Amino acid sequence: MTATAPRGTGAVTPGRGDGGPAPRRAAIAERTLRTDRWWVQPLVTVVVLVLFIAYSTFRAFQNAYYYAEPYVSPFYSPCITTRCEGDSFPEFFEGPSWISPALYILVLPLGIRLTCYYYRKAYYRSFWLSPPACAVAEPHGRYTGETRLPLIGQNIHRYFLYAALVFNVILFYEAFASFRDETGEWGHMGLGTLILLVNAVLLFMYSISCHSCRHIVGGRLNSFSKHPLRYRAWTWVSKQNARHMQYAWISLFGVAFADFYVFLLATGTISDLRFF
Amino acid sequence: MSYDATFRVWRGDAEGGDLQSFTVAVNEGEVVLDVIHRLQSTQVGDLAVRWNCKAGKCGSCSAEINGRPRLMCMTRMSTFGEDETVTVTPLRAFPVIRDLVTDVSFNYEQAARIPAFTPKAREEDGNHRMQQVDVERSQEFRKCIECWLCQDVCHVIRDHEGNKAAFSGPRFMIRLAELDMHPLDTVDRRDAAQDEFGLGYCNITKCCSEVCPEGIHITDNGIIPLKERVVDRRFDPLTWLGSKIGRRPQA
Amino acid sequence: MELERHEYDVVVVGAGGAGLRAAIEAQENGARTAVVCKSLLGKAHTVMAEGGIAAAMANLYPEDNWRVHFRDTMRGGKMLNHWRMAQLHAQEAPDRVRELEDWGALFDRTPDGLISQRDFGGHRYARLAHVGDRTGLELIRTLQQRTVALGIDVFMECTVTRLLTGPAGDGGPDEVTGAFGYWRESGRFVAWQAPSVVLATGGIGKSYKVTSNSWEYTGDGHSLALQAGATLVNMEFVQFHPTGMVWPPSVRGILVTESVRGDGGILKNSAGNRFMFDYIPDFFRKETAETEAEADRWYDDKKNNRRPPELLPRDEVARAINSEVKAGRGSPHGGVFLDIASRRSAEYIRKRLPSMYHQFRELAEVDITAEAMEVGPTCHYVMGGVEVDPDTEAARVPGLFAAGEVAGGMHGSNRLGGNSLSDLLVFGRRAGLAAAEHALKRIDRTHLRDDALADAARAALAPFEREGGENPYTVQHDLQQTMHDLVGIIRTAPEMEQALERIAALKERVANLSVEGHRQYNPGWHLALDLPHMLVVSECIARAALERQESRGGHTRDDFPATDDEWARTNLICAQAPDGSVALTRQPLPRMPAELADVFEEVSAS
Repeated sequence: MTATAPRGTGAVTPGRGDGGPAPRRAAIAERTLRTDRWWVQPLVTVVVLVLFIAYSTFRAFQNAYYYAEPYVSPFYSPCITTRCEGDSFPEFFEGPSWISPALYILVLPLGIRLTCYYYRKAYYRSFWLSPPACAVAEPHGRYTGETRLPLIGQNIHRYFLYAALVFNVILFYEAFASFRDETGEWGHMGLGTLILLVNAVLLFMYSISCHSCRHIVGGRLNSFSKHPLRYRAWTWVSKQNARHMQYAWISLFGVAFADFYVFLLATGTISDLRFF
Repeated sequence: MSYDATFRVWRGDAEGGDLQSFTVAVNEGEVVLDVIHRLQSTQVGDLAVRWNCKAGKCGSCSAEINGRPRLMCMTRMSTFGEDETVTVTPLRAFPVIRDLVTDVSFNYEQAARIPAFTPKAREEDGNHRMQQVDVERSQEFRKCIECWLCQDVCHVIRDHEGNKAAFSGPRFMIRLAELDMHPLDTVDRRDAAQDEFGLGYCNITKCCSEVCPEGIHITDNGIIPLKERVVDRRFDPLTWLGSKIGRRPQA
Repeated sequence: MELERHEYDVVVVGAGGAGLRAAIEAQENGARTAVVCKSLLGKAHTVMAEGGIAAAMANLYPEDNWRVHFRDTMRGGKMLNHWRMAQLHAQEAPDRVRELEDWGALFDRTPDGLISQRDFGGHRYARLAHVGDRTGLELIRTLQQRTVALGIDVFMECTVTRLLTGPAGDGGPDEVTGAFGYWRESGRFVAWQAPSVVLATGGIGKSYKVTSNSWEYTGDGHSLALQAGATLVNMEFVQFHPTGMVWPPSVRGILVTESVRGDGGILKNSAGNRFMFDYIPDFFRKETAETEAEADRWYDDKKNNRRPPELLPRDEVARAINSEVKAGRGSPHGGVFLDIASRRSAEYIRKRLPSMYHQFRELAEVDITAEAMEVGPTCHYVMGGVEVDPDTEAARVPGLFAAGEVAGGMHGSNRLGGNSLSDLLVFGRRAGLAAAEHALKRIDRTHLRDDALADAARAALAPFEREGGENPYTVQHDLQQTMHDLVGIIRTAPEMEQALERIAALKERVANLSVEGHRQYNPGWHLALDLPHMLVVSECIARAALERQESRGGHTRDDFPATDDEWARTNLICAQAPDGSVALTRQPLPRMPAELADVFEEVSAS
């Protein structure tokens, strides 16, 4: 027993939010007494994510302008049907013509971001308002978190990480492949090459800095000193992990920008700046 | 250097109460707790406030200042404008006893539920040997001064009183993480973390980390690694299979 | 009268390091044990301890052993320590530290994987087991978690106002029968019937204006013991920690750990001089560096160099700082400069002294990796306390035990840094063990007398009965000012006589206090009940300080600046006279056996 004074039940005051009765709490009606502009951050998150989703959905369904020799848009990479423009990757099957080849693959990058520990924070707060900001009451009557379906599925994040790592390899492959020119000759480099390369690096850093990755490389160990190499790897990943949020946003902008650049080339709006 | 500040302080008890306004002198270098003490010694002798060390080490003087969970002794008055009204209320996730003092016994009840530390045997010379790198992760969690600000801000229990039966709160998630990462401990607490202490309720929105006066990375270094450890045991067929065929990931 | 009653074998008053360690030991030895504490569990003043736990574990220096630690402790206390306590302490501290690891503590490590140890003032070798600069937090959390795991009952935010005594069954002197107190939260009364009570209430620092102590340190245990018929020893010895914060005013007194100096920090005056070289007393000259170069080499090579003077015992350093400030060589806010920024890398400082870094950045807007701190003496610790038997910590009243800061004798006239946490563990354990043994022998329990309970309740409620009386905060403020001005670091007879007059006047004012509001969590009322304790303890300090006509350790007389051989063999004992006043008597210091006295020869020869 670790006890404070025994006491009666007292009055029942309403819980914050719509959280039902909360006995004996201080009777304060305001949802929050914060005086700062706490709503700015969730608002910005909503606006940016909605813009990205709108753009990427449009592009994924557009099924055009994703290939501009020698560049493939990352939204369509790897392009795995015989209907793909270009020939940078093995074509596995034909598929109906009205399905954009992006749709076969986008579920995986979408998956890692949806189950990512950082994005979960971002969308639980800004979209689900659970909570909208710290010490601001959430509007839900009930809350069970990630204890049941479907949200218990967040626990499979590491499988999306494995998939994402495969994608990272492919994106590097595509970026390196763009050191060939339109005729397939090596020794080319354009602004597009650089953009694809940077995009691949950013997406790789996003994957490698992920919390699951940190756990797998060493976090699960209890005695680091017995595993010096994994400890070093863990230390490095931990350092990157501290910037996971930054990588999450920068790589998101990066991939959209890479796609947009390919779109501009493919539509002939601009032409690639060629370095050599 | 001195000026008169306007304070709104919640006064009352479980039966009811309200925010009362005071005008009170503030001197250079003072913190909110100094001002509350001045109120206590000059205007309202029976203003209830809990405090001890006044140096951010004991975690007693937790309250909500302008709506944000803070230690009163570590909130400098210079962070507010001289004409800004400073509102001080008790922690809103716990029953109020009187004025700024809340009943935090929920936390002591949770502490008593945690399966106790169970060490391996000492080495023959009577010592335990661990390297600094082995103890550092758990040491971070042992910095916790038990101010209960993370418990207060956590929406899981702040906004849903009923969840207190199912979820022990961030402080005890890092206590479980501390023990699970402890190089000497021999008990597996992963199932308990999920089933008895409600790890799954956390949706990692990180308010606990934001308010921690010790700067403990509660979410990134404690709760998420603990979730991953639970995944190893409960949700990952590969590690499950690995442990069945003799690989011990917990080496 | 509404009264909540409990029965236990052992009641421990106080939940700091000593109290919790006592409770653990008592419970493990089969006694039903309760802990009663004024704050929430885990908030006790032990959390403020920063540097470490002194124990001759010899993890870094194989030359270290209990005999060296014993010698350091005795010399630090200017030989006024109870030799037997110093011996037990030095012998048992290493085991007490090791067992903390079995309860989950995580100390910093040596490269060999053992518990790391750091340098501290007055200790010949690096000896303090530590966790960064938050060792006290680690200690209390470990003991707290052990207490909870053992299922010991803890009465939190509950204040004991009286010890209850009654005639022993065998017709002997009165013995302890229990304790009486109130819940701070509700103001309701509680009584515990128990044949053993362990006092572990800490110190008295709140009677001083500038102190590192929290509100809890009102000398309750000292005062309760006196009232119950026990005695206090050597109350004149009050330690002023040399380095407390001095700016801004609201944080004045907050501790700056000695580890800053142990880890390379130095003290400078306004002229930039490392003034401690001018204050090396003859007593420590042989073991202290003479030049800055030697002092700086010592951090890396302790064999061939002597310690820097910044690491002299605390009383020496505090006096030196006091003199520099008085001589007009102080810092802008009346302290001196403590500089580690120019001597160690920013990374090293942040790693070794994270709490200090945080404390100065948050409270004073000073970056200690870039600039010097301003520091000055602050009332920190009382060496005097309840007179106890060294082996069992039993006070003169049967059934009463005391451990930790509230007990006296262990530290002599001055305590070495790091010896406090080890004191808590060693004597906390011994007190708990003896209390359990005492209780388990008492089969038929003495019932609490109704008249005594009613009297205790009446006394506690008296401040509500009076109207128009004085505000307790004003009285406390005046007492703090009196002790600060008149019974501080440097003392003189006329000032102390004046202090005693003022204390007498304050006593009358306390008898007429009144408080507003009701009994529920009323800090004004709580203070009104603490004030009599503070006054009686202050009186003991002032009387004993006036009586001891010499300077030694934590007691410096301007009118008697030297140590005195006669006083070196004398303890001063405070007791409560039948009329309630403080009676002071001299008592010979226990003599050390010859084989222990040899330690001083052998160690200084080595």
